[in-house]
Amino acid sequence: MSERTPLARARGLGAAHGGTHHWWIQRATSVVMVPLVLWFAFSLAALGPADHATAAAWVAHPVNAVLALVLIAAMFHHLHLGLEVIIEDYVHSRWVKFATLILQKFVTIIFGFGAAFAVLKIALS
Amino acid sequence: MSERSRPLSPHLLIYRFEWPMLLSITHRFTGVGLAGGAIVLVWWLIALAVGPEYFAYAQAILGSWVGRLLLLGWTWATFYHLCNGIRHLCWDGGWGFELRVARATGVLVVIMSIVLTLAAWLIAYAARGG
Repeated sequence: MSERTPLARARGLGAAHGGTHHWWIQRATSVVMVPLVLWFAFSLAALGPADHATAAAWVAHPVNAVLALVLIAAMFHHLHLGLEVIIEDYVHSRWVKFATLILQKFVTIIFGFGAAFAVLKIALS
Repeated sequence: MSERSRPLSPHLLIYRFEWPMLLSITHRFTGVGLAGGAIVLVWWLIALAVGPEYFAYAQAILGSWVGRLLLLGWTWATFYHLCNGIRHLCWDGGWGFELRVARATGVLVVIMSIVLTLAAWLIAYAARGG
């Protein structure tokens, strides 16, 4: 007989010690990105061959800069979660999995901050 | 090690091929490809932040035929992952599991990804002036 109350199960906390949070954030970021990606993809398409002044002026516009920062946050959070699931699926050796997960986290954070920093630098200069 | 001897899933090779399988794994492939594309996007933004000279160099690389081919791939991957992502969100909401609907939305995803890719590139070439 188990001493556990059904509350732990109701909270979604089983052997994984985590419930739906990972799944939920991946969906939340994807919903946010539907309009943002459409906006960004078509904006970049129109900007595609632009020179530096034109492209920088576009990124520096407050509306574009803020939306780009939101997109960067959602994008890197989303791709971090996605890559995490893929690593968990295909890397079976415990320590290699652990190392890969941590490395992926670091690399994703570095690139995410790099993107945000670049946008801020362009917008504020 | 005990973890070595555990049965592993999925056993892909025992199933008869079905198109939805390809659509499913393509979602994952495009996801990984787009993570690579995100790195290029960061490089492009940093080039823009560095200054006109380095940005012109980045634009020249992306504008070369290899660059354009990669950008075409990333454009399609973006729209495929976006459209199929919406399909997944519908499934999460409990809609579209009937076999006929699932097949139809699969076809729609492929068509929409191509239409959106063509639209984006038409805009890009129009902006370029021919």
